[in-house]
Amino acid sequence: MKFITEFRRSELAEGLISQIHRQSKTSVKFMEFCGGHTVTIFRYGIRQVLPSTIEMVSGPGCPICVTANADLDKAITLAQIPDVIITTFGDMLKVPGSHSSLQKVKADGADVRIVYSTMDALKIAERNPTKSVVFLGIGFETTAPTIAASILQAEKKISNYYVLSLHKLCPPVLRAILDSGEVKLDGLICPGHVSAIIGSHPWEFIARDYGIPCVVSGFEPLDILQGVDMLVAQIENGESKVEIAYRRGVRPEGNQQALKLMEQVFEPCPAQWRGIGEVLNSGLKLREEYQHFDAELAFDIDPGPTYEPKGCVCGDILRGVKTPIDCRLFGKLCTPGHPVGPCMVSSEGSCSAHYLYGGGFEG
Amino acid sequence: MKDKILLAHGSGGKQAHELVEKSFLKAFANPFLAKLDDSAVFDLSGRLAFTTDSYVVSPIFFPGGDIGKLAVCGTVNDLAMSGAKPLYLSLSFIIEEGLPQGELNEIVDSAQKAAQEAGVKIVTGDTKVVHQGSADKLFINTAGVGIIPEGVDISGGNARPGDKVILSGAIGDHGIAVLSQREGLSFSTQLKSDCAPLDSLVAEMLKASPNIHCLRDPTRGGLATSLNELAKQSKVSIRIEEEKLPVREEVLAACEMLGFDPLYVANEGKLVAIVPAEGADKVLKAMRGNHYGKGAAIIGEVGAEHPGRVVMKTCLGTSRIIDMLVGDLLPRIC
Repeated sequence: MKFITEFRRSELAEGLISQIHRQSKTSVKFMEFCGGHTVTIFRYGIRQVLPSTIEMVSGPGCPICVTANADLDKAITLAQIPDVIITTFGDMLKVPGSHSSLQKVKADGADVRIVYSTMDALKIAERNPTKSVVFLGIGFETTAPTIAASILQAEKKISNYYVLSLHKLCPPVLRAILDSGEVKLDGLICPGHVSAIIGSHPWEFIARDYGIPCVVSGFEPLDILQGVDMLVAQIENGESKVEIAYRRGVRPEGNQQALKLMEQVFEPCPAQWRGIGEVLNSGLKLREEYQHFDAELAFDIDPGPTYEPKGCVCGDILRGVKTPIDCRLFGKLCTPGHPVGPCMVSSEGSCSAHYLYGGGFEG
Repeated sequence: MKDKILLAHGSGGKQAHELVEKSFLKAFANPFLAKLDDSAVFDLSGRLAFTTDSYVVSPIFFPGGDIGKLAVCGTVNDLAMSGAKPLYLSLSFIIEEGLPQGELNEIVDSAQKAAQEAGVKIVTGDTKVVHQGSADKLFINTAGVGIIPEGVDISGGNARPGDKVILSGAIGDHGIAVLSQREGLSFSTQLKSDCAPLDSLVAEMLKASPNIHCLRDPTRGGLATSLNELAKQSKVSIRIEEEKLPVREEVLAACEMLGFDPLYVANEGKLVAIVPAEGADKVLKAMRGNHYGKGAAIIGEVGAEHPGRVVMKTCLGTSRIIDMLVGDLLPRIC
């Protein structure tokens, strides 16, 4: 089986699209939680092919976008400490904090290196015993297990490796968004990769307590269309349950081994989300026995007061309250070449997807 | 200890002469270079095409090629994209001290092999050796000249509404093959760079129909960037169809993993041609008859509306704008 082209077949897409049109009677608002979903929706113009009864809004599922400025400032401040090597996933480089970005401090001489896995960060630590190597732990449940694994690995042999844990957990923030009552959702496309780790069970509370149908979906256009189709079926049948439209990647119980690693190294803590504020138990901090890996404890970081870029509505966009087009900076002062807010920087950000793929363009 | 390139090899003295003789003269053997004069002297007549480029690829060896082959092919292709028959090249080597002599020889040999295939001569060159850290192993700067046959007028500004857009084969092979070798990103793939000289392909296309409007090799920035350049230069729109784009499954898979779009991934042995509709089938047939154009396909056409815009019809039948690449390709986080 081919895992990409098979999920982009136009004849299957046509069938799903006409089925959605036939089924959908009720006007609904669906949120795709994940930035990866947003990108697929824009890249393939999925909003254009859905019936007028279905409105799609983008959620907060872009780890870089939801990282609060205060946390970005910590990372940038750390990078400026002598003999510190910052290791990070590439997307982080360009994100502007209050005063600077990793890219800018790198140009001024900070040692910032892009890695593709935490194991590479460990290798850098091994090769540079006189320096301190800090990995920027930004990401959801998807990346947290590999960072936990790197800490367990480092525990055996490396003493100059640290993690700035800015991890975020998805289910608690969804609860916060639903509780705020700002957006009224009728269905949720749950994140595919996050669910590959945590399974589909953690979403049950949404279907049960809020009566909102949930479908875990993959990232190809057929995956998304199938997810929408299953949500519409639940709505029209008056059901609300959690279903998986991504069986090749997600099991209801998730990845037990990854969860065990996460559990062993991290414990939940409150976390700051851009635009949403502090959400209880939505972050991960190192457990006491691993605190010697905590960059925040190992270094004296004081980034000073934080500033939000004037006019940027990334926060509102992340809550699903506004769309990029509602932002007066969008496409004018804020473009992928000169991003003002994080949603324009990250490849999975709503603003970048809107901008790059000409959101709403009917050629 | 294995022989390494030392600062002395770039000093202009005895060791430098030895290096030139041992490594370069032997491999590139031709009467122009053998004279060892300050410049190569030759006769040319007709309309000349003249180009220059620099090569800084990392790593310098990658599946399907190396920096030497790349430098020659890239320069030959730049000449070929104006319809010229490439003739003479210059190659300047900026070497970081410590480069193993064996690696340099291998690169020089592979440059010569590519030159031979393309029927070009490397007639002049230079060598500099810099301190460690001042260069990354090896940089190569090139220049090239070629002659444009009569009746050929190829330019990025020549596309006209109604023209067909032809791509010579699968996109993204080079970029992904090189990335697969980068430190920290090694993933196993059978994929090889498509690095190749395209002069013979262009010659056969021109034989089939001299009336080719535009040619471009979608290198850095990928096909998307080349199409945008052509649309802007010609003040036309270009509409392509996703389902007609040749992309290997391995490239698609790597792109998915890294968060890339194959449209923006570099190629080194592909070209995109814009030709009048009436000659398109003839050109396509000629391309498919050449080794480097076997996978050629008509991928779209030129329109008059929205000058400068490139639009792709997706597999869902919807349209999306294809913009130029912004910044560098970076892997995604989740």
